Amino acid sequence: MKYTLNVNGADRQVDVDDDTPLLWVLRDELQLTGTKYGCGIAMCGACTVHLDGQPTRSCSTPVASLTPGQKVTTIEAVDGRVAEAVQAAWVAHDVPQCGYCQSGQVMSAVALLRDTPKPSDDDIDAAMSGNLCRCATYVRIRAAIKSAAAKLEA
Amino acid sequence: MTIKQANLSRRAALKGAAGLVIALTLPLGGGKLLAQSAATGKPLAVNAYVRIGSDDIVTVIVKHLEMGQGPLTGLSTLVAEELDADWSKIRTEHAPVDATLYAGIPGIQMTGGSNAIATSYDLMRRAGATARAMLVQAAALAWKVKPEDITVSQGVLRHAASQREGRFGQFAEAASKLAVPQQVTLKDPANFQLIGKDHRTPRVDALAKSTGKAKFTLDINAPGMLTVVVAHPDRFGAKLASFDASAALKVNGVVAVKPIPSGVAVYAKGMWAAIKGRKALKITWDESGAETRGTEQMIADYRALAATPGVVAGASGDAAAAFAAGGKVIEAEYVFPYLAHAPMEPLDGYLQWDGTRALARYGCQAQTFDQGALAMTLGLAPANVEIETLIAGGSFGRRAQGNSHFALELAEAAKAIGPNTPIKLVWTREDDIRGGYYRPLFLHRMRGVVRDGQIAGWTNTLVGQSFMRGTALEPYVVVNGVDMIAVEGANNLPYDLPAFRCEAHFPSSPVSTLWWRSVGHTHAAYSRETFIDRLLIETGKDPVAGRLELMGKHPRLANVLKAVAELANWSGSEPAKGRARGVAVAESFGSYVAEIAEVSLGTNGEPKVHKVWCAVDCGVAVNPDVIRAQVEGGIGFALGHALYGEVPLEKGAPTISNFDGYRSLRIEEMPAVELVIIKSDVAPTGIGEPPVPPLAPAVANALAQLGKARPTRLPFVRMS
Ligand code: FES
Ligand code: FES
Repeated sequence: MKYTLNVNGADRQVDVDDDTPLLWVLRDELQLTGTKYGCGIAMCGACTVHLDGQPTRSCSTPVASLTPGQKVTTIEAVDGRVAEAVQAAWVAHDVPQCGYCQSGQVMSAVALLRDTPKPSDDDIDAAMSGNLCRCATYVRIRAAIKSAAAKLEA
Repeated sequence: MTIKQANLSRRAALKGAAGLVIALTLPLGGGKLLAQSAATGKPLAVNAYVRIGSDDIVTVIVKHLEMGQGPLTGLSTLVAEELDADWSKIRTEHAPVDATLYAGIPGIQMTGGSNAIATSYDLMRRAGATARAMLVQAAALAWKVKPEDITVSQGVLRHAASQREGRFGQFAEAASKLAVPQQVTLKDPANFQLIGKDHRTPRVDALAKSTGKAKFTLDINAPGMLTVVVAHPDRFGAKLASFDASAALKVNGVVAVKPIPSGVAVYAKGMWAAIKGRKALKITWDESGAETRGTEQMIADYRALAATPGVVAGASGDAAAAFAAGGKVIEAEYVFPYLAHAPMEPLDGYLQWDGTRALARYGCQAQTFDQGALAMTLGLAPANVEIETLIAGGSFGRRAQGNSHFALELAEAAKAIGPNTPIKLVWTREDDIRGGYYRPLFLHRMRGVVRDGQIAGWTNTLVGQSFMRGTALEPYVVVNGVDMIAVEGANNLPYDLPAFRCEAHFPSSPVSTLWWRSVGHTHAAYSRETFIDRLLIETGKDPVAGRLELMGKHPRLANVLKAVAELANWSGSEPAKGRARGVAVAESFGSYVAEIAEVSLGTNGEPKVHKVWCAVDCGVAVNPDVIRAQVEGGIGFALGHALYGEVPLEKGAPTISNFDGYRSLRIEEMPAVELVIIKSDVAPTGIGEPPVPPLAPAVANALAQLGKARPTRLPFVRMS
């Protein structure tokens, strides 16, 4: 099947089976490899992208389920004040260890702060609980989200 | 400190951006310096640790795999310190395969046992100091001044009297033509600018890893490359009998299906087609040699073994007499499950070959073994097999294999499709969780005797598969029938007791096993630290004070225990407001760690760990913030597995496949962490593994104060 997807602001044509998860379309068809595979069953969040701004597990989003014109944003193109603040905080806190989960963490954190500029610890737990980090960088993820929020408020 | 460097040998001029190449080799304890560079004008990166370009960029060649634990940053810190380099100009590369230059253990290039900083502290500082001396010499010649009048700071050379200065890049080429100095003087630690300083050496990989730009093996996409997944048997030890690929070959994107020794390989244009193709395979396995038992049966078998004499792994005093003399005998049996490493990036690797030369690219953790395995399988000389080591999305021991099983599968898959078809072999998460190489199932049978308010004797019989029997590492770790890394932490106690005996059994099973972050200490520290706590409380002693009384021969360990008690304001383990505290200590890989955990019982009955205090003595703290990160991460990793981790087997096959069954710690379950690093001028030891062992027993010891018994069968959720 041929699909036209709006990815990172541009229309892209792909020819893939209907059941192909968006994750593999991004990675194998469009060479957007910042989005990672960790489980394939919506349990780890490594594959998180934004669908019309909403954090979404691309591994469990078949390409056929996308509605025409739906905007896909990946780590390669996430931008704006919030994304910059989050990524700057990630660097300032030296959050990543192996780094493999961090694209997904950043995408979830950006979505959180766009919706909830001053998140409580419970808000952070709720928004980030779906993103596993096997290196357990959670202390710094929390601290970096708080610093980014503080910076955005200032 | 002045170091004599013997055996200076050839060097040649380098042209182009790669001006100065320094290579040192330290064959275990020796101080051999080689300075090499290419006469051809091409940078001879293969034998080097530092390369300085005319563009001022200092490239540090790192002999250890970056899998999150920070060696790219750590080894660069050592070089930059002695070189007086500008941190912003530091770049890093993983070293090529060459065990004469890049050995992590004698003769073997690998990362393991938390060895990166420990084996690089002298080596990489000497590399930096040697490069600095040659740059200074080059500047002195150009300026016609005395080298000793030149100062270096942040990548700039200065001669104050003549007010001249220049950057590294300006002198790199001239420096490369000079004789390598016979000896270099390393800095007095009092003058360190980077080592031991917070926030001067931020991680070199943080930005790329926060923006999705860091390239992992999974991200490789070469022209003509096929993605490969392999169908493995469900039951451990089963072999391929026959298969029918007709349906698989009809899957859109599937290119080929081939039998290989480990299973059936599906070659496809992309991952999804490969996964679908594999699902469509019809395979019959020969299960005649397979494991048939489930975990419960194995535990019952281990229990029976533990009641029989094993091979003696450690003993002091007369344990039999100590028990015969009377007193209160306390017994406990501990059961530790199979655990998967589950690195966030599952195993994967890329290989291209043309029949005469091969290039493998992946997060390689044991280059010497893997190069041999790739070469043997492809029928090439090792020198014709290049491995480009890429950053790895975690490992926790999983990528360092004594039998190179992944490299072998990669080479077999490449060989089966034939030369000139590049492949990327990927294990899915299901392959990872179900694929074995687990931390072995262990059973410990402990006995202690308390007499006259003192612990009078202690015995431990442990049963579990050897980590390394039957692999290339067997000669290193199996001594007189004892797998030393399976019993580490159990066969010698940090506690001075009148009588002690440790015996071990190493039964075999087709279930494959492998070291797992902190190796033997994952189980040994747990049984030791919960059992000593129980015995101390039996003798009416405080868990901290009682331990200290017995730790006279282990001053560094005693010191971290004192430090953590102070940090946490320890006043006993009595609960307050529904929270209780527990303590544990462990020495592992030459580093000393004590932890105190504050725990309550959650409304769901599961333990909730609120905070962990930790004291660490790992010698010179090269990058304090990397140490902090490893302590935080090690505590989270240990806690997740203690609470939830288990790969149960039924009829020789795992009953779980993915993170839905292999529950992993999530952000809301992560405790706060407070750390004190002991100031030390002892040469540094590792930090990747040592924070792991004390965590689970500290939590268990706290639970004992909340009216729960210390869990004796892990994971803890089994008891809630
Ligand atoms: S890969 Fe999508 S949630 Fe794990
Ligand atoms: S940084 Fe390694 S999994 Fe999160």
